[in-house]
Amino acid sequence: MDWLYVLMPIAGVKIFWPGLIILGIGVGVIGGFFGMGGAWMVTPGLNILGFPMAFAIGTDIAHMAGKSLIATMRHGKFGNVDYRLGLIMLVGTVVGFELGAQMVMWLERLGSVEKFVRYLYLFLLAFIAWMVFSDVAKRKSKERAAKAAGQEVDKLATGIEWHKTFHRIKIPPMVHFKEAGVYCSAWLPIFVSFLTGLLAGVLGIGGGLIRMPALIYFIGCPTHVAVGTDLFEVMISGLYGAGTYTYKGRTELVAAIIMLVGASMGAQIGTVATKYIKGYGIRIAFGLAVIGCALSIILKLLGKAYPGWSAFFDNSSTALILGLVSIMSLYIIVKMVEGAKKEIAAKKARSAA
Amino acid sequence: MRKMLSNLFAWIGMAVLLLPALAQAAGPAAANIVIVADTRKTTGLLGWWANLYNESHLYFALLTVVLIPIIGVIFGTLADLIMSRIGIDLKSRELAEH
Repeated sequence: MDWLYVLMPIAGVKIFWPGLIILGIGVGVIGGFFGMGGAWMVTPGLNILGFPMAFAIGTDIAHMAGKSLIATMRHGKFGNVDYRLGLIMLVGTVVGFELGAQMVMWLERLGSVEKFVRYLYLFLLAFIAWMVFSDVAKRKSKERAAKAAGQEVDKLATGIEWHKTFHRIKIPPMVHFKEAGVYCSAWLPIFVSFLTGLLAGVLGIGGGLIRMPALIYFIGCPTHVAVGTDLFEVMISGLYGAGTYTYKGRTELVAAIIMLVGASMGAQIGTVATKYIKGYGIRIAFGLAVIGCALSIILKLLGKAYPGWSAFFDNSSTALILGLVSIMSLYIIVKMVEGAKKEIAAKKARSAA
Repeated sequence: MRKMLSNLFAWIGMAVLLLPALAQAAGPAAANIVIVADTRKTTGLLGWWANLYNESHLYFALLTVVLIPIIGVIFGTLADLIMSRIGIDLKSRELAEH
């Protein structure tokens, strides 16, 4: 069974390559569906496969750049990417991210940075999960009220509508984002992306997990456009990250390429699946993924609090994340197949008639 | 609008050029760890690959930035081709929240 293992020429270890492809497919499907890079899912997976951690981040970012590029192209063809919004947000993201990184340096000098970062991450995930599920609850109560009045709620109506308040701020220049269907001050996306970039910089994450809900709840993007536009940002930061990490010698390109084979195909499946799942379906699945991510961090914190049990808690956290990746990607694939079957059957029925 | 966008691109360009240097300057002195690939174990393409890594991280990084998007596009297009062969409509979607 030696052929199932491939030598990583830089790290000097042999890795089970089908495992890399399977991991790639899983995170590709989830990434294309939710519009995020998914580094928090990839790193434990690489760890399980015996991948040296010195190369984990660089390898993850390199494969992320490729998969988000092709997924952005596919979302773009569906009209899910607002390129103007993405480019404007890039300014805030870059500045915010660098400021966040500087803040971490400052916190490091004070000590206890790790604890602060973990608790902040946890608080943020809890806030996102609360936002998503209270939005779903509000949406449902609106639906019930409309039904009672013998009316129907608009297809694009949402539960939480904070963005409407933000849109009333008319500081020039005012910009119309066509794909997102949003007309607001250019400062709104710049400020929101600055905040999400700052948080991503402090937390040391790519930021897709924060930016996607921010695009929905603060800017007012429809869910599908938020997913596509977020992927556009992930693509640019991924390409920059791939270059800089590789230049620092921290990318195992052979592993990145093997993962990318699965991830680029998985990302297309995840992207096409958004066609068959309504916006609120994506929001609920995203909220569940956020809860899973938060639970994995709680397990890591417990491992730190009880050193005698650290192996147990760390392994449980890894198992939870990998279980979550498997369940989520399977759910998305099943939904995509079901939707495609219906679409093809409808097409055949139309041509027969 | 056009003027605003061109200003924006100029700012992005400047940020991309300046910020990495700024971050490096502000960061703590990094440990100078040099990872060297063991080329004794590798031959052929993998050997060339490992040698390139050892000789120039710059060329290696440039090759990465070129190869990764190309490979992503090739396999992504392949997936598209398979899906459109199956009969999935890859040109339109209905935007609906519920």
